[in-house]
Amino acid sequence: MDADRIGRSLARIAHEILERNRGVEELALVGIRTRGVPLARRLAASIRDITHHDVPTGALDITLYRDDLMRHAVGTQPVVRSTDIPFSIDDRRILLVDDVLYTGRTVRAALDALIEFGRPRAIQLVVLVDRGHRELPIKADYVGKNLPTSMSQSVQVHLTEIDGRDEVEIE
Amino acid sequence: MKKDLLGIADLSDDEIYRVLDTAEAMREIGERPIKKVPTLRGKTIVNLFYEPSTRTRTSFEIAEKRLSADTLNIAVASSSVLKGETLADTAMTLEAMAPDMIVVRHASSGACHLMARICRSRIINAGDGMHEHPTQALLDAFTIRQHKQRVDGLKIAIVGDLLHSRVLRSNVLLLTRLGADVWVSGPPTLIPPGIERIGVRASTAVDEVVAGADVIMMLRIQQERMQGAYFPSLREYFNVFGMTVERVKRAKPDVIIMHPGPMNRGVEIASEVADGPYSVILEQVANGVAVRMAVLYLLAGGVEEGAHAEAAA
Repeated sequence: MDADRIGRSLARIAHEILERNRGVEELALVGIRTRGVPLARRLAASIRDITHHDVPTGALDITLYRDDLMRHAVGTQPVVRSTDIPFSIDDRRILLVDDVLYTGRTVRAALDALIEFGRPRAIQLVVLVDRGHRELPIKADYVGKNLPTSMSQSVQVHLTEIDGRDEVEIE
Repeated sequence: MKKDLLGIADLSDDEIYRVLDTAEAMREIGERPIKKVPTLRGKTIVNLFYEPSTRTRTSFEIAEKRLSADTLNIAVASSSVLKGETLADTAMTLEAMAPDMIVVRHASSGACHLMARICRSRIINAGDGMHEHPTQALLDAFTIRQHKQRVDGLKIAIVGDLLHSRVLRSNVLLLTRLGADVWVSGPPTLIPPGIERIGVRASTAVDEVVAGADVIMMLRIQQERMQGAYFPSLREYFNVFGMTVERVKRAKPDVIIMHPGPMNRGVEIASEVADGPYSVILEQVANGVAVRMAVLYLLAGGVEEGAHAEAAA
């Protein structure tokens, strides 16, 4: 996926979000670190362009909620980054944003992390790429692109804010 | 990480920065409505305190609970130590119950080193005699970095009972590694001979040490460890070395005043300074929880190659 396709996918998802939720009332975006965060910000910008309304946007670090943290205690612990959700999630419709949906374990951890902040009315999942091979009963509500992959492949999402360019690569 | 955190020397430069950065993320957990993450679920942590402690023990316990560890506190006043059990026997007894970590505070320097050799559990030094108190130094560095955005190049004045202070040793080892210019001052009887060799400048002229300082760190006069007359009277100590508003004026205008607690008001520090605008003493306490969460989290990971050798021997 090149920069244009990524941009078009996000623009389409922004419209889908507004259509499904009938506007921006009660919406909030939460990006999963690392690359879900710039994607959430871009969706917020698209929604602002369409509706002239700001949607509160936060960042969630799921490291401390991972299910594989203490299982193989070898080597260094994964880096913990700050969670920053500067608004109450109570009774909001939360759009959880990540770059790649794969096993579903990250989303499981994110759901656990998120409900510690309150009781949202609903949580919907937005991903740029769904590459299949789920290990948990988790499904995305908005998908930029379905990418059939084999488990030996790896999907790399590059975003300008972090990597200097927009591109999705399969290796 | 190595198996244990007994002193600052157990941490590489990378690991020091990792602790400080992780503590940054941990601080946010303390601001949530539900101040708990499931990270250390199923881990057992023993807090073994042979010396009285309020803030360190409470701080560790809150940190452990916020990470969902199962914690138990052994205060010596109610344990079999009073019945004559040796430290080594206590260590082996605890070890038989397989806790994942043991946080130790002991009046003898090196007590935690003995436990680390006996136990497979990871040992965290919460203060051993006059030797080290690594988590205090880490939280002090964290607090300094929060206010000054760096430690490198700062003039840090440490004033008080240098001789009996484990906080001093750990802080000097850590802050000099981070590039600070550390000056120390106190009465000549409380300056350990040869202290310059660990990389500090020592002087009995407290005004000179405080002049132009970015950070002033006060140390408690540890009367419980003093068996002789180190200075004529507490009043005289305060007059010569106490941190007063006038003395603080010699430091930089944006100086921060730190104290590891518990404070002796009117002995090493004037109340006006302790409660004044430059004081970050209560922030140190709050940061202690975040820094200890970071240490517990990072120590719960894998042990570096070869770091187990000592425990196995």
